[in-house]
Amino acid sequence: SRLDLKISAMVMAAEPQFHVLAVDDSLFDRKLIERLLQKASCQVTTVDSGYKALEFLGLREGVEINDPDAVSTSPVIHQEVEVNLIITDYCMPGMTGYDLLKKVKESSAFKNIPVVIMSSENVPARISRCLEEGAEEFFLKPVRLADLNRLKPHMMKTKLKNQMLEEIEKPSKVESGTAAAVVEPEVKDLTEIGIKIVPLQSEVEPKQVHLQVVQQEDQTMSNNKRKSVEEGLSTDRSRPRFEGITTAV
Amino acid sequence: MDAHVAQLQMQYRNYILSLYQQGFLDDQFTELKSLQDDGSPDFVAEVLSLFFDDCVKLVGNMARALDQIGTVDFCQVGANVHQLKGSSSSVGAKRVKGLCINFKELCEAKNYEGCVRCLQQVDIEYKTLKAKLQDMFNLEKQIVQAGGIVPQVDIN
Repeated sequence: SRLDLKISAMVMAAEPQFHVLAVDDSLFDRKLIERLLQKASCQVTTVDSGYKALEFLGLREGVEINDPDAVSTSPVIHQEVEVNLIITDYCMPGMTGYDLLKKVKESSAFKNIPVVIMSSENVPARISRCLEEGAEEFFLKPVRLADLNRLKPHMMKTKLKNQMLEEIEKPSKVESGTAAAVVEPEVKDLTEIGIKIVPLQSEVEPKQVHLQVVQQEDQTMSNNKRKSVEEGLSTDRSRPRFEGITTAV
Repeated sequence: MDAHVAQLQMQYRNYILSLYQQGFLDDQFTELKSLQDDGSPDFVAEVLSLFFDDCVKLVGNMARALDQIGTVDFCQVGANVHQLKGSSSSVGAKRVKGLCINFKELCEAKNYEGCVRCLQQVDIEYKTLKAKLQDMFNLEKQIVQAGGIVPQVDIN
């Protein structure tokens, strides 16, 4: 099918540009993460607070700008922004990285954007709390290029999903009666990346067909998460984490 | 001219190695260097500049906090130490980071004398590092001016 070919083409295309939103209240850390992300071939936007991050995404005061149920007296600003990953510091004044994580995961528009938390402190309770709330990864600072390269598969999923949704939402000749049969695409190419496409009948708009991308359980990822909770370390590192020189005071 | 360049390059290599061996720098500094490229040729210099600005600011804050004899806010001092520990760790400033680890414990113990002494050491240490790195950048400049390329120094 036409969709088939499109998916295959996207998968085989040259490495796509990922757009990462980096959040940190420290100028120093923002400069660092920006360079790291550029080096990892990502497009970067940096902001210095959780509030600014939400603003950038198009969420204001926790209300989605395109939400028809929202009562808003301020003018609606429609911001087309595609973000493939949010990477945020944990300790920030006002809205912490954890607060930001929650707000993103609670929003129907943005909950599928992977969120990564960074912290200079190795606090297992903090790490597990973030992972439980839906963070993809938890990085101990200083973050390294190797850490960021591990994020590519996460970003790839949302990028592909967004592209497919754009494709589907274009006007099509699909009729509600035959919807299920028409949108059964081949999933062979995508299973390696862990994406499964499941046709979903919408109750609100029966004439349109919606696809829901379901993340397959990625065994290695959950292993990594457990490991970071137990050891509080990014799994790729073999060097010792803390080398304190004790000097006589 | 080649001999001159070669000599400068050797001097540079030895200097860098000594900075690592004497514990001024650690592998995080190596990582920073690896992030520098033709697209961002001054990245390390810019980051170091931000780091040393941070040092001045944070040491100043801590000195002021410790000056409030009798009513020293150790939490405030500790918060500044935490920030300095973070940035020194991110830049590869090994000795400064090590001092911050001690400093944190002294704040938690509300050890006034210890904190004052530690702050003095931090002050000396970051200024020493700054001078050493300035020497390193000067050597780089000399090499380039002599027509050579700054060598990649392989630690380990």
